[in-house]
Amino acid sequence: MTPPYETHEHDVLIIGAGGAGLRAAIEALAQGARVGLVCKSLLGKAHTVMAEGGIAAAMGNVDKADDWRTHFRDTMRGGKFLNNWRMAQLHAQEAPERVRELEQWGALFDRTDDGQILQRAFGGHTFKRLCHVGDRTGLELIRTLQDRGVQQGIDVFMECTITRLLKDGDRIAAAFGYWREQGRFVTFKAKSIVIATGGIGKAWKITSNSWEYTADGMALAYEVGAELLDMEFVQFHPTGMVWPPGVQGILVTEAVRGEGGTLKNNRGERFMEKYDPKRMELSTRDVVARAIYTEVKEGRGSIHGGAYLDISHKPAEYVKKKLPSMYHQFKELADVDITTGPMEVGPTCHYMMGGIRVDAETGQSTVPGLFAAGEAAAGLHGSNRLGGNSLSDLLVFGKRAGKAAADHAKSVQSGALDNAQLQDAEREMLAPFERSDGEFPYEIHRELQDFMQSLVGIFRTEEDLQKALGELEKLKPRLQRMRADGSRMFNPGWHLTRDLRSMVLISEAVTRSALARRESRGAHSRIDYPNFDDAWGKQNNIIVKRGDQMTLEQRPVSEMPADLKEILAEDK
Amino acid sequence: MPDATMESGAMDEAILRVFRGGADGGKPVDYQVPVAPGMVVLDALHSIQNHQSPDLAVRWNCKAGKCGSCSAEVNGRPRLTCKTRLDSLPLNEPITVSPLQAFPLIKDLVTDVSWNYKINKMIPAFQPRAGVEWKMYQRDVDRVQEFRKCIECFLCQDVCHVLRDHAKQESFGGPRFFVRTACLEMHPLDGVSRTKLLKDELGLGLCNITKCCTEVCPEEIHITDNAIIPLKERVVDEYYDPVMMLVRKIRGA
Repeated sequence: MTPPYETHEHDVLIIGAGGAGLRAAIEALAQGARVGLVCKSLLGKAHTVMAEGGIAAAMGNVDKADDWRTHFRDTMRGGKFLNNWRMAQLHAQEAPERVRELEQWGALFDRTDDGQILQRAFGGHTFKRLCHVGDRTGLELIRTLQDRGVQQGIDVFMECTITRLLKDGDRIAAAFGYWREQGRFVTFKAKSIVIATGGIGKAWKITSNSWEYTADGMALAYEVGAELLDMEFVQFHPTGMVWPPGVQGILVTEAVRGEGGTLKNNRGERFMEKYDPKRMELSTRDVVARAIYTEVKEGRGSIHGGAYLDISHKPAEYVKKKLPSMYHQFKELADVDITTGPMEVGPTCHYMMGGIRVDAETGQSTVPGLFAAGEAAAGLHGSNRLGGNSLSDLLVFGKRAGKAAADHAKSVQSGALDNAQLQDAEREMLAPFERSDGEFPYEIHRELQDFMQSLVGIFRTEEDLQKALGELEKLKPRLQRMRADGSRMFNPGWHLTRDLRSMVLISEAVTRSALARRESRGAHSRIDYPNFDDAWGKQNNIIVKRGDQMTLEQRPVSEMPADLKEILAEDK
Repeated sequence: MPDATMESGAMDEAILRVFRGGADGGKPVDYQVPVAPGMVVLDALHSIQNHQSPDLAVRWNCKAGKCGSCSAEVNGRPRLTCKTRLDSLPLNEPITVSPLQAFPLIKDLVTDVSWNYKINKMIPAFQPRAGVEWKMYQRDVDRVQEFRKCIECFLCQDVCHVLRDHAKQESFGGPRFFVRTACLEMHPLDGVSRTKLLKDELGLGLCNITKCCTEVCPEEIHITDNAIIPLKERVVDEYYDPVMMLVRKIRGA
């Protein structure tokens, strides 16, 4: 049937235009596929642009001893061995080539004295490994990919939100959504769909994430039957701004510590000595975030409830050159000159290690024709991601998903559109305008953020998590009564009614997984189960929809081959 | 302008006079917003969305000056609303917030900036010279890295009188795309010439270097001095330099 509105058709549809989506699009196009790319914001504004410190790749430009084996080992250790070992291996092996490719497409990284790409130290990385451009590496990455993709001929659909995936039998057939500007509905038919929509940071109150990170892709995939993996692992970046209130949560790059910044409490103590004397400030993010949280909780916090991060012992010109956006951010938003005094920092919700369960080689989910890459997918980072491993993840697995999606598209015919599914999708979006007595979504969103922050935060307990599940239950009927005012023209209140449903759904997946994992590992810290548990160390949490029920089960982690085990056993 | 009540911390409310409406017309509407320490204009707009008008249209993303989404005109000046602090503005009078003037209005503070993406597409991509060695030194990339700081907020496009007052969108690329072209032209390994494009299609000659673009750039890129003027010199060298014209004539180019 022909729907009464705009329909586009591609071999491969990519949802999300951050690093993973763009890299997937470029690759799918290179494979000869017709490629459509849909994104909620304008092109070039996705969260990749916020990545600051660098992209991890064992190029060995600065520390010659670095190689993929060390990067692999660091990544597995950082993730507390819950990582998908094959993804960690591919990632470490392929990241250098993906970085060189960016350079060949016009990216300009900071240079070493002998004219190579400069690399800096970062938490959890044995060697100086992060290729960077000052503290705006993400901007360099997204702009390079954006220009490459546009020049190669990707069809870009900006400011368009996908609200439904449509299936033809078991396989993926299309995506349904609306244009944010005009509010009209649109359908994208595709043989393969790649989800590259990022995470769920906007469900927490103190977050580095923008309005876009509402778990859309995870919710879309879940609704069509895809499995979600290890959803309990939410990364709280140790250093977000804490003052003034309006800037709370804005990211302070780990590069400050990479460039030699120290963390102190209100007694002037470098407290990381207590938590990780060997790696100090360059410990992994889970450890540093817990350390700052603990210092504040025990009364040793900074004046506005954080820790003091200080880089002012370095020459002012060096700080301005290597950390220009941090310099401006603090000067303009907090009246702090970081070349002369310390910053106040505290943990902020930053990244989702969990996500759509995918095949390591292809990025295909458990639904045929549905792929995922980047933060929306899970596996590479295990229970904790190392800084710098996200940008490399986007490139390595974006490319792989793009290739596999194009291959898949060659092997299938396009699916048929199902009228009933389309009408249902349309009804869902129009309902908020039909209620004159409903509730606006903003208050519900605030409540969600408040209790996810206080009950499903850095430290967790059975009691808090149970309470959070109760709160989520209470929100569900209110979601059914949300209302929107005004017209369908660029209406953020209306948009939030849909995004909020995804957030609540996936928050439940996070909470259920966190409740099940009775141990502490990486970013998941249970006060009531403070230690590693060997049995839990060998199994993943899987969330999947059965009927109308969200179900949780455990599945054993696959056995690592002997050669990789040997790499892990080396004590370096 | 220092404000006595602000300094004493007594002022706890601001009036935002926000343009509301679409292509068919509209008008400024006043909203009273509570003021918190360090608050920026974008926080005030979010407060209006949250508590008074859920359908207020405004673009934003990072809220940290890195993505260039939240551009608007605050008290008549093109600014990123996420970096414009309320305590930098006189709060004893309403703060006006209007959409960018150089682009067609969609709704409230959201304008149709798609023209910029069309211009961008006209610019040939980076293409390395044949057989280059992938080696570059910091001193060679410094000046190009300045251009690559651009966050595409389009404030320079908004303030440029060639676009804003004379509406030369059909024949002029605007400061953003001169910066982008400069970035490619001055890439140490690039092998493509874009001077003809600059002269004939991007209308570089229409720029009369008033430096308005440089003044509003939140990334402090020296748009006029470091991008536009050197590009103008390249065009002059190639097309208007008598010696070069002679050389071309002799070579029969």
